[in-house]
Amino acid sequence: MEAHAAHPSSAPRAARLRLPGVTATGLGRGFVVLYLSVIVLLPLAALADKSLSQGLSHFWDQVTAPGAVKALELTVGASLVVVVINAFFGTILAWLLVRDEFPGKAIVNAVIDLPFALPTIVASLTLIELWGKHSPFGIDISLSRTAVVVALMFVTLPFVVRAVQPLLMEMDREMEEAAASLGASGFTVFRRIIFPNLLPGLAAGVALAFARALGEFGSVLLFAGGLADTQVSSVYIKQLIETGNESGAAAVSVVLLVCSLLCLVAVSLIQRWSSRHERSSSEGLTNMPMSGLGPVHEQGDDRE
Amino acid sequence: MSRATGSRWGLRVLGLGYVFLLLLLPLAFIFYKTFEDGIAPPFEAITSPDGLHALKLTLITVAIAVPLNTVFGVICALLLVRHRGRGAAIVDSIINLPFAMSPVVIGLSLFLLYGTHGWLEPGLAEAGIKVLFSLPGIVLACVFVSLPFVVRETVPVLQEIGTEQEQAAETLGANAWQTFWRVTLPAIRWGVGYGVILTTARVLGEFGAVSVVSGNISGTTQTLPLFVAKQYENFNLPGAFGAAVLLALLALLAVLVMNLMKRKEVA
Repeated sequence: MEAHAAHPSSAPRAARLRLPGVTATGLGRGFVVLYLSVIVLLPLAALADKSLSQGLSHFWDQVTAPGAVKALELTVGASLVVVVINAFFGTILAWLLVRDEFPGKAIVNAVIDLPFALPTIVASLTLIELWGKHSPFGIDISLSRTAVVVALMFVTLPFVVRAVQPLLMEMDREMEEAAASLGASGFTVFRRIIFPNLLPGLAAGVALAFARALGEFGSVLLFAGGLADTQVSSVYIKQLIETGNESGAAAVSVVLLVCSLLCLVAVSLIQRWSSRHERSSSEGLTNMPMSGLGPVHEQGDDRE
Repeated sequence: MSRATGSRWGLRVLGLGYVFLLLLLPLAFIFYKTFEDGIAPPFEAITSPDGLHALKLTLITVAIAVPLNTVFGVICALLLVRHRGRGAAIVDSIINLPFAMSPVVIGLSLFLLYGTHGWLEPGLAEAGIKVLFSLPGIVLACVFVSLPFVVRETVPVLQEIGTEQEQAAETLGANAWQTFWRVTLPAIRWGVGYGVILTTARVLGEFGAVSVVSGNISGTTQTLPLFVAKQYENFNLPGAFGAAVLLALLALLAVLVMNLMKRKEVA
């Protein structure tokens, strides 16, 4: 980690910034713990409690109900498809933005972030107007499983681009030139040299996109609807809430939450692995907006 | 050589075509549809009492949630980088949680905590505080979903600037407050600003979590994104489009500011 190397932890303790007085640090810690408890932990505890409120067998029944299983299968399946598509196009886009020059490049670079900032319900509305019943091209994919995939493609587009882009920027072009001068074709250079270098970023971007896709709600809602066939887990949970089945909704939520947590764990493992192998690779990831990839993870040991 | 040029063009068509079809075309089309019959229909929809109320509620939510998460974010980042103590790794993972959670699940957990049979319900009812189906619930939901942004954007900047200048300030006799306001904060302002914009964009557009806790009652607990969905479901398309375009413009503004800041930061 570059940022890390810039100020080694050998900096004298006394010189570090203190909030006013020594007790202020304690005060700050207390505030952080309290804030996180009230905002995040207490609600999550209530969720876990509710999911088990009627016993383990009830929990199991709710989670294995046909509707719940079907929704989860669709959610995971569609997310996998989307992640593969966006890994492909995201890598191409990152390459274009770093290595290519074309008019309007700055604009393309800026609009990539748009799905991060655009409200999901607005995304849903724009997609249904263009690819729905009143499509000007006569292509109606709304209320179908294709619509689920397209909506998820929209909201997860930036993740891979923003994870791969910094790695590509830092890459040493000499290796590629050497390979090319030794007679390697463009594709061979990509496969043997560029791709392995991009892999950590690509993997992290894919895991984050997958986590985001698993929980997506707003963009899917209007465009794909809540039909039995097109219901993702979030929409299914919302329906259980509306019908008053709170413990069922909580049980399915816990399962969905565990799936997303596994993605986060994967991200931090990838990060740890890549920072061990490659100085530069994880540095780039810290620049991803909305990525949740602070470099905080792997610096714990030496800060004490 | 011509083969290389050919594959370059192939990549351009693929990549740019994808962005065009998936992002730009739908967005341009919604602008076209909104203003198809002039500016009057969408304008009337937004300035209808329900529309104005939704806009006001959304802005109030932003005005409460964003400062809360900004203050928390800066303090938390300072502690994580400069005063890393026991349990920092746990705090770290808790902060990442909202990124990985479905907004509906976030809404549900608040719903269960503050709802009819929730843990806090007896005490709150006694005190006459209503959280669900009113402003506090909406704010709590927005604070939860947008919690990580300021922390995540500030931490790397804090690490990068190092402690040398802070040390110098202290040597020259500045107290901790002065060091923070005069040295640290100016140095991390771009990171914090970036986080604030991301937080604002997320709070403005939050739909899933708010839809669970707010009850979505027109003119009382309906935020702008909920207004969009409701108008669409009621087949009031000018209303839905008008509010959606307003939100889209705000999102575009956020992206524009982020880009300007990125450039400033580099310069």
